[in-house]
Amino acid sequence: MAKYIIKRVLQFIPVFLGVTLILFVLQNVVPGDPIKLIAGERQLDHQTEVTLRARHGFIETDAEGNPVYEVDESGEVVLDEEGYPQTIETPLWKRYVTYLTNLLQGDLGTSYQRGTEVTSIIFQKYPYTIQLALVAIVIEAIVGIGAGIVSAIKRYSFWDILVTLVTSLMVAMPAFWFGMLLQLFFGIFLKDVTGGALSLPISGVAGPVSTYPAWMYYIMPAITLAAVSTAYSARIMRSQLLDVMNQDYIRTARAKGLSRGAIIRKHALKNALIPVVTYIGMDFGAMLAGAILTETVFSWPGIGRETYLAISQRDWPIVMGSVTVIVVVVMVINLIVDVSYAFLDPRIRLGSSKNEG
Amino acid sequence: MKYPVTAGAARSGEDAAAVSKATSDIGASRTLWGDAWMRLKKNKLAIAAAIWIVFIILVAVTADLWVPAVLGDPNATAADMAAASRLPPSLEHPFGTDNLGRDVLSRVIYGARISLIVGVVATGISTAIGLVMGALAAYYGGVWDTLIMRLADIFLAFPYTLFVIAMIAVIGNGIQNVFIAIGILGWPQIARVFRSAILSVKENDYVDAARSMGASDVRIIARHIFPNSVASIVVYATMNIGGAILTESALSFLGMGVVPPDPSWGTLIQTGQQYLQTEPWLMILPGLAVLTTVLAFTLLGDGLRDALDVKMKDA
Repeated sequence: MAKYIIKRVLQFIPVFLGVTLILFVLQNVVPGDPIKLIAGERQLDHQTEVTLRARHGFIETDAEGNPVYEVDESGEVVLDEEGYPQTIETPLWKRYVTYLTNLLQGDLGTSYQRGTEVTSIIFQKYPYTIQLALVAIVIEAIVGIGAGIVSAIKRYSFWDILVTLVTSLMVAMPAFWFGMLLQLFFGIFLKDVTGGALSLPISGVAGPVSTYPAWMYYIMPAITLAAVSTAYSARIMRSQLLDVMNQDYIRTARAKGLSRGAIIRKHALKNALIPVVTYIGMDFGAMLAGAILTETVFSWPGIGRETYLAISQRDWPIVMGSVTVIVVVVMVINLIVDVSYAFLDPRIRLGSSKNEG
Repeated sequence: MKYPVTAGAARSGEDAAAVSKATSDIGASRTLWGDAWMRLKKNKLAIAAAIWIVFIILVAVTADLWVPAVLGDPNATAADMAAASRLPPSLEHPFGTDNLGRDVLSRVIYGARISLIVGVVATGISTAIGLVMGALAAYYGGVWDTLIMRLADIFLAFPYTLFVIAMIAVIGNGIQNVFIAIGILGWPQIARVFRSAILSVKENDYVDAARSMGASDVRIIARHIFPNSVASIVVYATMNIGGAILTESALSFLGMGVVPPDPSWGTLIQTGQQYLQTEPWLMILPGLAVLTTVLAFTLLGDGLRDALDVKMKDA
């Protein structure tokens, strides 16, 4: 087992380097000079511009962070077209190395637009994403597994047909549209019933002046976030349970005279649950990657929306920082899921569990 | 491969003739596709889905001929905006009008063009890349396999929506870039499907036989391996179109897809969101268009999967 975990952790390294490298290259082929973006409409004087470039690592600096200028053979400082000392642009690979070294020291850089540390922005936003994901995953586990079990046990009943129908619809609809439908139904049509408690298109999370307790504000975003994957987990649960019920050991249990309920509880469920729990675990990882659409529809101040805004503002340090954190979190969650899967199901041959299908 | 005799044809007496016909057909001219078609025809949901898809394609393709005349130009703003904007659904405007007085049904129809093009072209791009990558990985194995599958891992490790948005931010929005972004990011799944399909076919004796007769690698892949895994690719691609349509609507909803005033279902939903309180149909109807179309592709994919007897890992 230890060998398997070490192997998996080692596999992280190329994936991690690949992801960050792709992002790093992407941000450098984007049209537009980031320093000009920082300035916006303002006209920067030369000194400020050089300082900014030095601070964000675009030009070579000495140990104190002061810019280094280009010199010719005779030791004279070379002047650029406008008569200023010529700065030296840092090559891309060197900036990537710097980024990685800083990363290992917990430094994700500074936002172009806001001038604040990226780590502090992430620490501020990520908790909202985590809380929403936790609520959503609880909904997904309870409703998804429950509906799947009912559907499988009472196969071809009204409930089974209902579950099949609803899950088919759920996986085909845009989640953000579903979120709006929820707002429309509970927030606007049922405004009198709910007292406007669920009518929250603008407010996002609870603030100091909120009328309702904070947990109320989680209901609709969490349902929206959970909707599609709840449908998937219900489907997986149903097909797994039906599959398991056809196995020989279930027939044996039946031959022993166990009641159907006891067979399902004691034998079938345990095995049928493994793939569902795996799916839900992976999905938790995906939710922690930030739900841009759900967060946008509900103005939820999480990491997904933050990253999306940063991308549209070309604020690359935030994008790099949050995607780096997200990728690490997702990989760790997936590792935990894989390890527990291998632990629960000894049939999995540890050595060959990667890439098969 | 299951034979049609066991596939439920013998359920009732009136099918007896069909059974004997089916039996006599076996070994005669029935191909994999003929066989699949027989089974697909029995799947009412899949047929309904196929009819819906054909209907949408017809409407979208012929739109220029009749939509501007009957419903109005999708991009023309009304002259008298105060009187014509945000009208409720009526006979003249079945889906109502939007904030600029444009007919919403007309915009939904033109939006169907964009969704279908994005769905098909993006799926085409990811299938093409995926096939090449999957073939290289499975057929040559070793370093190729490791390299390509690691690259697939890297692509899959990215939070998908974020990656698409980042790509769009780099290459700019607009419909071409939308299908490039969705297409490029979709290859790892299809590469995995094709890779495992090849791996299972590769060990067959007829591949060895072809090789011993001096067939080239490309010929073996194209003539012997591809036809044997084409069923799973068709199923996967059909389902993938639905996924691409969903992604496009999400991108356009975020304002990173199709550029206004061109209508896309995502931008229509986004516009509708602003009038959620007062004119909810502006948001509901384009969403229904996405829902029914994606659902149709999923159901057709499910039907094809059963008809072609393709084993897929997850639901």
